[in-house]
Amino acid sequence: MNVAVCVKQIPDPANPGKLDPETKTLVREGKLIMDDSDSYGVEMALQLVDKAGGGEVTLVSMAPNDETSGLRNALAMGAHKGVLVSDPALKGTDALGTAKVLAAAVKRNEFDLVLCATESTDGYTGTMPVQLAELLDLPAVTFAKHVEIADGTLKVQRQTEAGYDEVESPLPALVTVTAGVVEPRYPSFKGIMAAKSKPVDTVTLSDLGIDAASVGQQGSGQEITTVNQAEARKAGEIIEDEGEAYEQIVAFLEKLKII
Amino acid sequence: MPLSTIWVVAEVSPEGKPLPVVLELLTKARELAGTVEAIAWGDTTAAIAPTLGAYGASKVHDVGDIAGALPGVPVAAAIAEAVKATTTAPDAILIPHTYDGRDIAARLSVKLDKPVLTNVTDLGEDGGKLVVGTAIFGGSLLLDTVFTGAGPNIVVVKPKSFAPEEGGGGAGAVESMSTPDTGAANGAKIVNRHVEERSGPKLDEADVVVSGGRGLGEAGKYEMIEDLAKLLKAAPGASRAIVDAGWVPYSYQVGQTGKTVKPNLYIAAGISGATQHLVGMKGAKNIIAINKDKEAPIFSVADLGVVGDVHKVIPKLIEAIKARG
Repeated sequence: MNVAVCVKQIPDPANPGKLDPETKTLVREGKLIMDDSDSYGVEMALQLVDKAGGGEVTLVSMAPNDETSGLRNALAMGAHKGVLVSDPALKGTDALGTAKVLAAAVKRNEFDLVLCATESTDGYTGTMPVQLAELLDLPAVTFAKHVEIADGTLKVQRQTEAGYDEVESPLPALVTVTAGVVEPRYPSFKGIMAAKSKPVDTVTLSDLGIDAASVGQQGSGQEITTVNQAEARKAGEIIEDEGEAYEQIVAFLEKLKII
Repeated sequence: MPLSTIWVVAEVSPEGKPLPVVLELLTKARELAGTVEAIAWGDTTAAIAPTLGAYGASKVHDVGDIAGALPGVPVAAAIAEAVKATTTAPDAILIPHTYDGRDIAARLSVKLDKPVLTNVTDLGEDGGKLVVGTAIFGGSLLLDTVFTGAGPNIVVVKPKSFAPEEGGGGAGAVESMSTPDTGAANGAKIVNRHVEERSGPKLDEADVVVSGGRGLGEAGKYEMIEDLAKLLKAAPGASRAIVDAGWVPYSYQVGQTGKTVKPNLYIAAGISGATQHLVGMKGAKNIIAINKDKEAPIFSVADLGVVGDVHKVIPKLIEAIKARG
């Protein structure tokens, strides 16, 4: 059982985001970390490989530079190796371009399953995984809250507007997992030390045979024309509860004629 | 009329009615284009054609039965084939921002080799081009984006971005679409559906929503939220954190992944206000927030913010409302 896990390295979401004033794309400079929402896919992959009794978890990532600090975290959790597509031409690549690059990267190794998060924390477009599935001609099950593999069949509980669906699919397939699917482990000290020597296959667009014009800002086929500050909500009243704050809530509800 | 043709993907609810967002999109499409048509699938197409027509769809392209498949593959394949076969391809294809809608958009994007814009909250037109509005950084910045290449422009629009309004049209004429062979990609099948029961009004239709978050401390304390909601005839909701933790079902979730709500009043109890949550509720007319941490981002959108312990404030609030009888 070999599992490829897509991992995105993003600016720390605790810091306020910035737009590049010229390209109007998200600024991704400084130290990058592994998107926390990818840790669930890494954990799920480790558990599935473990249960299958063998195989490898391969991380797949792309970046405009050769940043690997985010990948090291997933390697420390136990992933076996990584493929990093690193090329300055990738700056400004949209979801479709990302999917094209990752499809080529995923194909560098054998896989039975591809796991992704439902959406990234920084861009949250949420379409890249299924674009990747389409490019790889795979079935996809998105928003999985439970994943198991029995007798070569993938069984997923997929979240819906009204509850959830039980979905079955043959392998190979792609699944996007929610944060409810498994509890990610913390890397052990041994894992952190081992991660330093695990292989990360760093490749460029030309190694993958991808035309640089089809990705990046130019290949995205879209252009941000205006950026406006949203009208801020009028500052409200903030009170400290000294035991009587509920009275002000009651008054507020009365004013709105809700009670 | 600025744009010529717009197609709207008409997803239906488990009860077989078009989702409210479909009617919102048809209404907006009528304003932007001369011809509006819908795409539907499953066995409800004939039944919903009058409603789709009333909101502006002159034609309803029917994918037909999808045999238990997830809609992404067969619906995208049928749309892509129809786009390639016609000389009058739509300028834009509007798709609801739902679980299935995003799957359809992603598959279609690859099949047509066109970009897709998601999380869209506004649409306009400038010089014959579709202008797509999105909000980023928790809704603090508004972006307008145009597509630079030829259409169709694929756009995934958030519910409640527009007000639905009937246009007085007759039933949309149902036309069958040809469905290409979808091969291995169409292997995923739904074998069972689970509908989670919920009490009270629907989350995305309620006048008042009371939501709880991690600040409640433990699953059992969510009962407070349900009690308060019941007293206010409100829908109970939740942040992603406690949904992922399994305290309440997914259908309770308000936020980026989950429901977008715009009630008259939103009460956030023990919710810090991550961007993920704010984008789903900051459109509420009035917001009350109760949270221990006075630095919590939720207070930046609150009309009344109470810095305090939800375990103390809410029981007193419930008692006070009950005492009024």
